[in-house]
Amino acid sequence: MFARTSALVFSPQCGQVRNMATLKDITIRLKSIKNIQKITKSMKMVAAAKYARAERALKPSRVYGAGALALYEKADIQIDEEKVKKHLIIGVSSDRGLCGAVHSNVGRAIKKQIALSGLGTEVMVINVGDKLRTLLKRTHQKHILLSCKEVGRKPPSFGDASVVATEVLNLGYEFDKASVIFNRFKSVISYNTVSKPLFSPETVGNAESMSVYDDIDADVLRNYQEFAMVNIIYMAMKESTTAEQSARMTAMDSASKNASEMIDKLTLTFNRTRQAVITKELIEIISGAAAL
Amino acid sequence: MMAARILRRALPVARQARSYADVVSTGPQMSFTFASPTKVFFKEASVKQVDVPTLNGVFGILPAHVPTLQVLRPGVVTIFNDDGSATKYFVSSGTITVNADSSVQLLVEEAATLDQLDIDAAKANLEQAQSEMSVISDEAGRAAAQISLEAHESIVKALA
Repeated sequence: MFARTSALVFSPQCGQVRNMATLKDITIRLKSIKNIQKITKSMKMVAAAKYARAERALKPSRVYGAGALALYEKADIQIDEEKVKKHLIIGVSSDRGLCGAVHSNVGRAIKKQIALSGLGTEVMVINVGDKLRTLLKRTHQKHILLSCKEVGRKPPSFGDASVVATEVLNLGYEFDKASVIFNRFKSVISYNTVSKPLFSPETVGNAESMSVYDDIDADVLRNYQEFAMVNIIYMAMKESTTAEQSARMTAMDSASKNASEMIDKLTLTFNRTRQAVITKELIEIISGAAAL
Repeated sequence: MMAARILRRALPVARQARSYADVVSTGPQMSFTFASPTKVFFKEASVKQVDVPTLNGVFGILPAHVPTLQVLRPGVVTIFNDDGSATKYFVSSGTITVNADSSVQLLVEEAATLDQLDIDAAKANLEQAQSEMSVISDEAGRAAAQISLEAHESIVKALA
């Protein structure tokens, strides 16, 4: 008998039981959502200002990057996919979040590249940006070669790109093929995740179409390739920041819009609750008076 | 009859009308792109000649130059435009690519027009670099001082 009563006591209440939210709860919620809306609005304006600056700086960097890639396009240097034993991927993103799918797009592209590579190929990844490291470290920890932090706080400069390239070269990783994966800015509301190739001095030196080029010795070629690496990383960083700021702008904009929708709905609920409370008090008073 | 004769006389005159010969293009025009990471100076422009200071000496690049890749050293780049005027820039370092289709990409780390450089500051820095060369003994420091020395020497030479 006792067992049955205790079982009854502890049985969960079925069906949707919801306590009427008190005025105080709704007020608290309303205040916090209004604060959030203010924050997202100001974040959007900051992102808009940074985006405008980044886009202005992007124009000359695009010409510069196109000039750096021109040789590879004109000489049409191809890589023999069969012989690729070591593939280096440089993923360019940033440290900060709240910018939509920017980091996950690059992370997904890197994971896809790793999955697509053959069994004999070793793929190593260089992360420019802390977010990429967190994305990859759980599943692809053994592929990470180097991670760079403090990216995205200030607009990227040529000096930053050369620091990254110097570290990559100092590692001494003899890659057969390298690609830089980043988000290429298309417009305020869209960007593409692209992969641009980098070649090792040996590949460039041995390519057929390069025999046209006069007076190239190994030293000049190595210097040229190192400079080209910095240029391409620089271009990737510039495009990446512009895409990131525009994505943050749109993300904060939609967050503000959602917050204002929630505020409208909550305000209606608040008014209804307030009227219900008043009505209840009136009823109590009237029935109390009627009872006398 | 008169009208026809007049017409007949008019037509050959039209056919014999002279005009200046077209500019004879000696092959492809040079598509010259000159840019630094922060500024674009020339974008796919058509110029007559470009003189660049490279590790292998000063090259004069004209349209239809043999394709080559070169690394630059600090020095003056002179660009001769189609209209005959010449512009000079002092460049720090970079690369130049001449492709088979006569396109030239000159990518430099820093570039300044000569009037943006101060000769007194350059001379002072040159003396400082020279004194550093005699003091510093480790390899990396000496290499940096050597680079500084050469760069300032060429700045002073360019501004002289």
